[in-house]
Amino acid sequence: MSYSGFRLIKEALRGHSGWKPAWRNPEPQPGYDFVIVGGGGHGLATAHYLAKVYRKSRIAVLEKGWIGGGNVGRNTTIIRSNYLLAGNEPFYELSLQLWEGLEQDLNYNAMVSQRGVMNLFHSDAQRDAARRRGNGMILHGSDAELLDTDGVRREAPFLNFNNARFPIKGALMHRRGGTVRHDAVAWGYARSADRHGVDIIQNCEVTGFRIENNKVLGVETSRGYISAGKIGVAVAGSSGRVMSQAGMRLPIESHVLQAFVSEGLKPVLPGVITFGAGHFYVSQSDKGGLVFGGDIDGYNTYAQRGNLPVVEDVCEGGMALMPMIGRTRLLRMWGGVMDMSMDGSPIIDRTQIDGLYFNGGWCYGGFKATPASGRVFAHLLATDTPHETATAYRFDRFEKGLMIDEKGVGAQPNLH
Amino acid sequence: MIIPHPILGPRDAQEFVYLGDASLLNRPDWQAEDASSAFHDYQYQRNNPAGVHRELWFHEQGDRSWLVVTRDTTTHEILKAELARDVALAGETAK
Repeated sequence: MSYSGFRLIKEALRGHSGWKPAWRNPEPQPGYDFVIVGGGGHGLATAHYLAKVYRKSRIAVLEKGWIGGGNVGRNTTIIRSNYLLAGNEPFYELSLQLWEGLEQDLNYNAMVSQRGVMNLFHSDAQRDAARRRGNGMILHGSDAELLDTDGVRREAPFLNFNNARFPIKGALMHRRGGTVRHDAVAWGYARSADRHGVDIIQNCEVTGFRIENNKVLGVETSRGYISAGKIGVAVAGSSGRVMSQAGMRLPIESHVLQAFVSEGLKPVLPGVITFGAGHFYVSQSDKGGLVFGGDIDGYNTYAQRGNLPVVEDVCEGGMALMPMIGRTRLLRMWGGVMDMSMDGSPIIDRTQIDGLYFNGGWCYGGFKATPASGRVFAHLLATDTPHETATAYRFDRFEKGLMIDEKGVGAQPNLH
Repeated sequence: MIIPHPILGPRDAQEFVYLGDASLLNRPDWQAEDASSAFHDYQYQRNNPAGVHRELWFHEQGDRSWLVVTRDTTTHEILKAELARDVALAGETAK
């Protein structure tokens, strides 16, 4: 069933009695050509592009809980393509272009809103770095605009421009960046994948891999053995757990990142504002809540919750930047498990086991990458060659000294 | 989180800086034949377990001692804290 304005009017007149479930709930088949482990944004996007762009069939997505219940449901919904390095920016620009056409591609309203992302700077050195980054972005086909203090004041007059430690000297403005309704991304990809014949199997936990002669034959799951031609693992924070079942160690530590939503307010923020120096970034959801966050807690954890010192640190950053939020009450806070790679950049690559592919190490930046991650992972699974925008995301980059040190920070060296 | 420091008693985890897996105590032999791959594994590869994890914490805002803390990464419960010096001298293989 396609969604459209016409359909909406028709259903409104029929008392909304004709809506069908957005995806099937099939029993697992004994075998598939492609098995995607992980029914989050990246896994579902991979299945969608495998079926739709690469015309593959016999695809299953295995999810241990319900789809979209991991980090795609626990993030701060920001999309952007404002990276500097050649190994990164083409990939994130592809992602932003896919976001721009996502709703038509999926026939699903994901509320993609390009309301702009503004990275503040506070010194001459930071201005130079922002200018360089902006030039890098423009050279890769993205957009960037350097704002001076007055330019920032026009966008966001309510900021504290005269903070003694970090006075606002300007910002790098990325107008095509913005926010997306995060759950709708998972649901939209799931629905589209399902319509292209993908089996989405929920409550099906992978408990082991069957490997013979260094070739993967299938997965053991809580719902029985499923054989597979190729297996793609896209499980974010659970990467270490799942890949250890295949005997692999990864250059990844799992950490927790906390995020926060305030009570609903009238529209006050024009877009996304990041205050890197103060470890704080914020946007406003369409429901009115301020959505904000800061740094990871900084220790290994799978607990999906953090500790209070980071809450205090984030709120202090918020108060330093926007004193007007002082009377706002915090509504909710939560933690998501981040697969922190050692250089802060992702891995999308074959493993040393034939037929087993890995997509992870997203750190706290996986959401914006969802469409491109799915697209290039599908490309890798379908063709066995890396997509042209993802050639740098290899396992062996640590051995070869080819780290993608966009910020120079992964799990270490404690620079968050 | 409160870390039971073996000398100073219970201390807030905020006083500490976290380094990671306690296997970092076992630095590979730089003269070995396979030193290059051993150092790659030492530097970058992690077990990253969900459950009991032995890890290094540095008491930066305290007595500046290194501790090996045994902690459950699924609950944040701290099971044990030892001086890293004792662990290293005892020659325990930190896993």
